[in-house]
This record gives sequence, structure tokens and C-alpha cells, in this order.
Amino acid sequence: MTAQDLIRPGAVIEMAHGGGGRATARLIRQIFARHFANPLLDQGHDAAVLPRPVGRIVMTTDAHVVSPLTFPGGDIGSLSVHGTLNDVACGGAWPIALSAAFIIEEGFPLADLDRIAASMGAAARSAGVPIATGDTKVVERGHGDGVYITTTGIGVVPDGVEISPQRIRSGQAVLLSGTVGDHGIAILSRRQGLEFGTGIQSDSAALHRMVADMVAAVPGIAVLRDPTRGGLSATLNELAEASGHTITLNEAAIPIRPEVAGACEMLGLDPLHIANEGKMICICAEEDAEPLLTIMRAHPQGGDAARIGTVGDAAAPGTPGLLRMTTLIGGMRIVDWLAGEQLPRIC
Amino acid sequence: MKYVSEFRDPVLARNLARQIAAEADPARQYAFMEFCGGHTHAIFRYGVHDLMPKNLRFVHGPGCPVCVLPVRRLDDAIEVAEKHGAILCAYGDMMRVPGTGRRSLLSARAAGADIRMVYSPLDALALARENPQAQVVFLGIGFETTAPATAMAILQAQAEGLANFSVLCNHVLTPPAIRHVLEAPGIDPEQAVRLDGFLGPSHVSTVIGAHAYAPLVARYGKPVVIAGFEPLDVMQAVLMLIRQVNDGRAQVENQYTRVVTDTGNQKAQGVMAQVFTLRPAFEWRGLGSVPDSAFAIAPEYAAFDAEQRFPISDKASRETKSCECPAILRGVKEPKDCKLFGRACTPETPMGACMVSSEGACAAWYTYRRAEAMGTPAPALEPAQ
Repeated sequence: MTAQDLIRPGAVIEMAHGGGGRATARLIRQIFARHFANPLLDQGHDAAVLPRPVGRIVMTTDAHVVSPLTFPGGDIGSLSVHGTLNDVACGGAWPIALSAAFIIEEGFPLADLDRIAASMGAAARSAGVPIATGDTKVVERGHGDGVYITTTGIGVVPDGVEISPQRIRSGQAVLLSGTVGDHGIAILSRRQGLEFGTGIQSDSAALHRMVADMVAAVPGIAVLRDPTRGGLSATLNELAEASGHTITLNEAAIPIRPEVAGACEMLGLDPLHIANEGKMICICAEEDAEPLLTIMRAHPQGGDAARIGTVGDAAAPGTPGLLRMTTLIGGMRIVDWLAGEQLPRIC
Repeated sequence: MKYVSEFRDPVLARNLARQIAAEADPARQYAFMEFCGGHTHAIFRYGVHDLMPKNLRFVHGPGCPVCVLPVRRLDDAIEVAEKHGAILCAYGDMMRVPGTGRRSLLSARAAGADIRMVYSPLDALALARENPQAQVVFLGIGFETTAPATAMAILQAQAEGLANFSVLCNHVLTPPAIRHVLEAPGIDPEQAVRLDGFLGPSHVSTVIGAHAYAPLVARYGKPVVIAGFEPLDVMQAVLMLIRQVNDGRAQVENQYTRVVTDTGNQKAQGVMAQVFTLRPAFEWRGLGSVPDSAFAIAPEYAAFDAEQRFPISDKASRETKSCECPAILRGVKEPKDCKLFGRACTPETPMGACMVSSEGACAAWYTYRRAEAMGTPAPALEPAQ
């Protein structure tokens, strides 16, 4: 039986595909093994055996539930690879392997699953990181939203690299690798009931190569963090709270595409709350800021890198650090966490 | 973004701030009410306070449509969805507003009611077309800005013979609310807010026109300057208000000439007059009963009136006690004067009207300047780069 047999027109996931029997084996062989092929996965064991790493190990996991499954600039497959690779990179680490677990809804078209797996395989190959092991479960119709993908990543941190919000100090620089809001607005532009014509693409991308060059040049980087859900404001608020320092942004310096700014204006959304999937925040010593920006800008994912703010004084004991911003017109305001889901305003 | 970024220009903002500082009379105290929640939001989001002289105060008005919708009307909407099984369509900002027992449209949806967030009443019309077996109800809220779109949807439904579409109409009117703030019925004159003028609404004024404020200005002698929603619009309008006060003038002036005309959008006024009728009085959250301040659906269009279509029960709707929203919405108190502010009442757990919408005064203070409002000294302003 060839892949084309399995993925005949109109074929869908059935409960048997998750039953652990022949149908499961065939699904794995003809879709996942075919697209993910690599020596670790091809060992064919329940557990992949990795070579002994040199350095400390980081491990991270991320569940991906995105609607729609395909969006301008990517799909849930590539996103599930990039998201976890970036979390590994946030530890200052070089990723060495991924795992992938699929929860698929009965009735999901096999052609769609094949396309998602192909995109996932391509993203992993292009990143140079194998998907070493995986799992598949099928849930009854109505108990899932097409497909959910959970990926786990393992990476190795070079000696001397200690990424931690506890190392945030007054006077450090806050850098951002590029424009804000691209992913969230690309997704929103394809949501049902809200389709609007735009060329905005998701920024979904793997950042580990850029990060590897950054930590090689400046092992003393204090913080690396990718501003995904909740956007720049959630990530920097977390860092301000964890470090007990005030962080002050300069609104005029935050890179944003005019299309994204326009869509946010139209929908009454704050771009600082919108998700990104290919951006990195870096907090570093003042003197390291310019060299790091030069390194970031040399990578395709860091072309618009900019210094967006500065770490201020430690907050009074017992009070959390605040995130605030010098506004475009020169006023000052708090940049707050998002309360609940971001909802559009009527006027 | 052309036609937007020009109105956020830092150099022009600094120049305007210098001009305001030069013309504001240090011997006076200026108190200007921005009626509209959109202005409140812009003032806070851009930190306009920081560019104003110390003797100038913004008083936040009741022009936030989400904030002023009384609990009872929200409870009615939830009932229509839950008890009568209708698909209820609402604007996004309504979704989190707490009703009686702190139940919101979001929590009703989580409990199984079919509640959809829409961007326009036309989305609700489309749902009615796609679901002929279901009742589709649009929760109409907002001032004169959103009312014409609701009226158009009703006319369209009539033209298409969409018998399963109706509107729960809560549209309210700006001039009667301004009058109510100025007359402050039932409030001790000593306690009433002292106002020197109004920043007139942007979007509302595009519909009703600048002339709509003339009777108010003539009667109460307070200047109105209609302002756009960008920070430079607000600052320029403030300068125009200061000049009127200093000259002892009270006139309607229009800063937002790129959009607002003297007579407004007469087509929009026409459809409102056709489809709606004035309610003798309407309960506003915070303000209480305000005469001639809201639209009902006219008898000719009763077939599209959800209040006629569904047997909506009488209920004992309750607002949170000890919430200072009524006084805040009239400009008499500030959010920091409320015991609940920032403690029991936050945007995650709003207790009252002014915290629920991003345009409410409490939400604006909490989101953008809570350190000051809660007693921590304001952070030193760094020079703009």
C-alpha cells in the first residue's frame, strides 16, 4: 500500500487510526515516518536514544492549538516546530531533538494531516533538528478541533551562559529582534467573520541560529524570551515582576509594520498584546546592546532588530516591578497585562 | 499610517504643550469634561496628562456606551439567549460586562448559551439568513455612532423579509446626557462637579453635526469643542477651550473639521428618525433615569423589536454595592476615591460599570496610571527621545 492509497480523496481519520492496531501503524508509517524521516526516529523504538550531550540540558514543551490550522505564513505543523525550538533557544541553548504528540479528531481529512506533517517535517529539516519520537491519539468527533500538536524539545546550553530574570539589573538594555504583532494579525485576518484583505504573513520562524550567534558573542546575556501569547506586554510584564525592576519602553522605537498598525487601529487592538511566533526579546548589559543588534540584524529573522527600552530602578520592596512606556507624544503610561481575551472596541 | 501618525507627532505635541502652558492662566483652575470614552482612552493611552499644566484637570464623562448600559438590560439579553434559545449577537466590548450575580455574556456562553461576538449588525443579519430556523437577536448598544447601523440592519431585514431577526435596542443619545450632567438633578449644588467646558465627541458628532450642541451651549454657557480621537486633536481642542474660557466666550467650536460638519450625516439621521422613536426616559447605569435620552424601535418596525418578540421577565437586577461608578460617571468623584478601585475591582474582576470597558474611567486609570491612583508617587517623566 502506498501513501496515495491511504490518502485517497475524501479519506478521513477514523477511531481505528488511534487504536494501536494495523491502522495506527499504517498511519504512522505513511504520514509521520515518511515526512519526519531521520536516523533517531528510524530506530523505531518507543524511546529514542540520543548521543551523550556536551553541556547542560534544557527541556521544554508546548501544546499548539490554533484556529485556523493554516494561516498566511505557516500552519500548525511548522508553528509547533518553531514554537518549541524558540523556547529551547530562550534558555540560550542549541536544540538537539524534538518529540511530537498528535491529538486528532475523528473525521479529520487525511490529506490535511499529510500536509501538516509535511510542513512540520520541512520545518524540522530546515532547522536541522530531528523529530526523534512521537505519539498519536484519536478522539471522537466533537471532542477536538481538528488537530492539536504538542512538541517537546531538548537542547544543550554552552557553559557560562546563565539566562535568568534574576540577572536583570538597572541600566540594562531591552532589545527586540523585529516587528510586533505579525502572527496574531495574520491569524485574525483569516478568522471566520473577520476576513480582511491583507498581505500580512505570520512571523513563525526558528530563532535558534540567531540566538546561538548571540550567546557565542555575549555569553553574559541576562534574558532571552520569545513574546508569544499575550505579546510584548505579557512577556515584559512577567520579566518586570520576576525581576522586581521597572522596565521603560520607548513607543517610537518599537518596530511595527504599517499594515499591522493599521489593522490594530481598525479593530481597536493594542499591538503590544498581539502574539508573535518569530521574535526574541533580549535583555543585556548596555555595552553589549549595539554588538548584539548587529548580530541580530545579520540574520533574516532579525533584520528589524531594535533597542526598545531600558531596565530602570528596582521597585520598592514588596511591590512588583512595573512595565511603562514613554508614549509617541512624550507622555508616560503603564503598559498593562491584558485582562482576559483581547476584545475589539466598538468606537 | 497616513492620516494617523501625523496626529501623534512628538514635535507638534511639544509645541502645542508649550502653547497651552503659555496661554493657561495660572490664576485659574480649568476643569474640562471629555464626554466620550474614546477621548478618555486616548488621553490615558498617550499620556496627554503629562503634557498639560498642573491647573488643568480632565473630568471623565459618561460617554462610554458599555459603561452606561444598566445591569437590567444586560440581564434581559442573557435571558433572551438562555431562556428563549436565541442566537444573541453582541459587540466585543459587551462580552465581559458583569450583570446581576456577576454573570456576563461570556459566562453565559460558557454555560451553553449561543452568544456570538460580531463587528456589525450586518454580521447578525448574515447569521439570520444562514440559520432560518433560529431566532437571531442583535444587542444594539451605543450612542448616535452605532445607532444608524442598527437602523439600517432593521430596514435591510424588512426588505429581505427576515422574520427571524430582531434587535434588543439600547441606543442612547449624547445631548440629553450632557444636559443631565450639567443639571445634576437631585445633587447638592455644593457636591456637583464644576466644569469649564466640554471636549465634544468625535464619532457621535460626525452623525449629529456640530449644531446639535448649540442649544446646550446657549442654555448653560459652557463651551464645547468637538475634538478628534488622536492625541494632537485632544491637545488642540484643549487649547481652543482655554482660549474660550480666558475670553469669557461659550461657543460650539469644531477642531475635528476633517470629519465633522455643522449638520452631520443627514442620511444617518434620516434612518434613525425612520426606525426609532424616543423613549420618554431611560435608565443609565450611573446616571439613573434620564428623560428623552434613548431610542426604542418605532411601532412600524415592532416586528423586529426583541422586546416585543420575547416575553422578557421582570427581574430584580442589582449593581454592586459600594461601587462609586454613579459619582464617577457624573464626574463628581475620581476612580481613586472608590474603596474598591484596584483592590476588589480590577479589569479581571470588574465590580462596576467604569472598570468593565477599556473606555471606562476606572479601567483607563487602572490600566495606564494605577501607580498614581493608588498612592504611589508618579514616576518621573523622562525627556522624550
